[in-house]
Amino acid sequence: MAKSKENIVLSTLWSAGCGSHGGCGCEIYVQDGKVTRVEGDKNHPFNQGRLCAKGLAISQYMYHPDRVLYPLKRVGERGEGKWQRITWDEAYDTIEKKLKDIRTKYGAESVIFCQGTGRDIGGPITFLMYAYGSPNWVQVGLAGHACYTPRLGAMFATQGQYSVADCSQFLEKRYDSPEWTPPKYIIMWAQNPAAGCHDGFYGHWIIDCMKRGSKLITIDPRATWFTTRSEVHLQNRPGTDGAIALGMLNVIINEGIYDKAFVEKWCYGFDELKERVQEYTPEKVEKISWVPADLIRKAARLYAKNKPSAIQWGEPVDAMPAGSVVAQAINHLWAITGNIDNPGGNVIARNSHGVTTYPFSSAELTKLYGADLVKKLNEKRIGANDYPMIKNFRGWVQPDVLINQLETGKPYPVKGAWIQTSNILGGQAADPRRHYNAMKKLDFIVYVDLFQNPTSMALADIFLPAATICEKESFRSWWQPLGVSVKAVNGVGEAKSDWDINLELAKRLATTPIKYNTVRELIDDRLKDGNTNFEKLKAKGCWEYPPEGHNTRPYYRYEKGLLRTDSKPGFETPSGKVELFSKRYEEWGLDPLPYYEEPKESPTASPDLAKKYPLILTTGRRSPVFFHSEHRMIPWLRELDPFPMCEINDKTAATLGIDNGDWVYIENTRGKVKMKAKVTPTSHPQVVTAPHGWWLPETDGKEPNLFSTWEYNINNLTSMGNQAKSGFGGTDYRSSLCRVHKIEGGKE
Amino acid sequence: MAHNGLLIQYDWCTGCHACEVACKQEHNFSEGMVGIKVDEVVSTAPDKVYVDYMPYTTRFCDLCTERTKSGEQPACVKHCQATCITYGTITELAKLMEKQPRSSIFAPK
Ligand code: SF4
Ligand code: SF4
Ligand code: SF4
Repeated sequence: MAKSKENIVLSTLWSAGCGSHGGCGCEIYVQDGKVTRVEGDKNHPFNQGRLCAKGLAISQYMYHPDRVLYPLKRVGERGEGKWQRITWDEAYDTIEKKLKDIRTKYGAESVIFCQGTGRDIGGPITFLMYAYGSPNWVQVGLAGHACYTPRLGAMFATQGQYSVADCSQFLEKRYDSPEWTPPKYIIMWAQNPAAGCHDGFYGHWIIDCMKRGSKLITIDPRATWFTTRSEVHLQNRPGTDGAIALGMLNVIINEGIYDKAFVEKWCYGFDELKERVQEYTPEKVEKISWVPADLIRKAARLYAKNKPSAIQWGEPVDAMPAGSVVAQAINHLWAITGNIDNPGGNVIARNSHGVTTYPFSSAELTKLYGADLVKKLNEKRIGANDYPMIKNFRGWVQPDVLINQLETGKPYPVKGAWIQTSNILGGQAADPRRHYNAMKKLDFIVYVDLFQNPTSMALADIFLPAATICEKESFRSWWQPLGVSVKAVNGVGEAKSDWDINLELAKRLATTPIKYNTVRELIDDRLKDGNTNFEKLKAKGCWEYPPEGHNTRPYYRYEKGLLRTDSKPGFETPSGKVELFSKRYEEWGLDPLPYYEEPKESPTASPDLAKKYPLILTTGRRSPVFFHSEHRMIPWLRELDPFPMCEINDKTAATLGIDNGDWVYIENTRGKVKMKAKVTPTSHPQVVTAPHGWWLPETDGKEPNLFSTWEYNINNLTSMGNQAKSGFGGTDYRSSLCRVHKIEGGKE
Repeated sequence: MAHNGLLIQYDWCTGCHACEVACKQEHNFSEGMVGIKVDEVVSTAPDKVYVDYMPYTTRFCDLCTERTKSGEQPACVKHCQATCITYGTITELAKLMEKQPRSSIFAPK
């Protein structure tokens, strides 16, 4: 039979498929109702025709033989891997009944709503949760809530809004925009941007800027492609980034090379900050961080004296001891150098057109769901009463508090979980064994995803098949531009979009009627804030930038009265200025000024332990072909990164008798995990670097193996309960102690 | 007929592997087959460790005959995240190369 002509559908990526935080514009090629390939859209300003490896493998992800295509119900014990196909009606009916029963008996708060990484799921999951009446929105096991929220919270406290490095992404003409100028220096702070689009920042924008003259300063314990090309590489001890930020502030302030006019006019608390940083001399910071004092000086001077310059940072900042404090200190660096909302600096980033997809602040939650509801829900939100910053910033549960509550049932029992695209045990959670034990006891667990994985196998009672981004309608306003995702084909099998699933259940479970009949109505309603709708955006090629003068478009909005709700010039903070001395931190019972905190486990903090476990373990090394725990089953991608590999320094390996490619155990007080050794001089002699999220989809999924998650998931060596005073940050994902030894007598 | 090839400014290659998957998708290659590969190259000087990546074509590169016939860029060229691959005639590429240090030309066909 002759094939029909290929049809090209334009869309926006940021959901299951490529998986990451995204924003890439894509062309989806469709033939006979099937996606044949996915390519980049040359006319989309975000990626300008490019896609990462994960985006280019979407068709293989969509039609993978292991993908779950129909609703399933568990028929054996949890973990036995016995499933039976059911209809959507049966699935919905069962879920409706069970969740209503739990609500009647224990209250809506006893069901937790669990998501994984930050993509379009944040919209539908909060929508369903609030309809049901639960306040408990959580990234289960994400110790110290160490993923972006600590940085967002620090920026909210300090400057009222968020900032990101300006690579022209806020302007539709991108690098050709006359008002943009490339940063003279970019500080790459604890991130390998080549791996993807973390926090909605397309990593290769850094390369684009380098080609236009930007120079690099890189803070990274490893040698990488970026450190190779950096004018300064601060190769620090993992976990000490806070000291480096304070040391750089010390240099910039004491040498008087900060932006005096900006500080005078727009900053609050400079004298207090000046006094605080005195103790962090470069010499003292050298002792803490291993970075030579002169290099700290050099980095600080280059950054401060070359305006505009920008800082691009990564998740390790959140995971530092006192993550929100480290983020605050880094924020101060761009603040006192006046690199705020200026072209080529750290530009204020707001959701495009003021549209909310995924609520990034308490204000957005309140706008969508009303102050009364948010206030009422806060009373029972897990962790909100323990941590004022958790209570007053966004609407998340504090995950370290949650695990205690799961175990003790205090102050109230948790009975059910709605888990949507979150591989808790196989990737997200620290101490997955503890979460496994605690969650196994829940009465009812719904799991929504695309593939079986360690979490679904161990925990799910009902499995609902979710759609990839090519099979659904969605919308995105995470920074810029405002975009829509267009449904190119119907759900593979009976897969449905997260929005469809959650709207249907919200209608069934809501205590007050839901005003939307269809997802399209909901999307169009939310797009009203941007004066547009789905069809209009689709007709424009799926994206649009806000008009000139809009408060979500740069630059220098603090001068124009575009940042504050009262339209006065300045910043949306209590003092109206950038608060170097944070009144909000003070109000939340926290130190208003940044300070350094040592990791709990380190050669300095626990020298005795370091005798037995002499190497520093830093986890979460990103692979450019996987996103977190996803994609291990995709042949085109797995072929490029087939094994879990830890990186260990060549000289260190020699003393341990480890050769390149040997299977080794990484071991600490919490257990041991198997990886292949990549023996390389790029690793610091005292540091071992491991990727996260490894499980083997090709092995037995049933218990006890659970796709080999207990053997290869590095999080088995991490723990809960190390959270900082704010509740944000302070985990051992990025800095703990370990030893490494060869597995004798065999490859495996 | 003019011979075509790829000019790769390898100094910009970040090792992101997009070109490899682009090629696999374009040709629906099975495991082990791909038209372009990227290796990590680590070199050590007394005071610094350098990390570079080296893309090179293989025997399976057909310069995306199907695509280029209709005026499209090869899949790897279009998707290279560092925009460091150029498609053209060898003569044109050699001229470009004079201005672009740390690059190589591949003439797979
Ligand atoms: S860069 Fe991000 S949005 Fe773009 S294809 Fe890759 S994962 Fe998807
Ligand atoms: S030109 Fe085409 S065939 Fe050759 S490596 Fe690139 S994508 Fe593969
Ligand atoms: S796509 Fe470009 S940057 Fe990425 S590995 Fe290939 S050649 Fe290198």
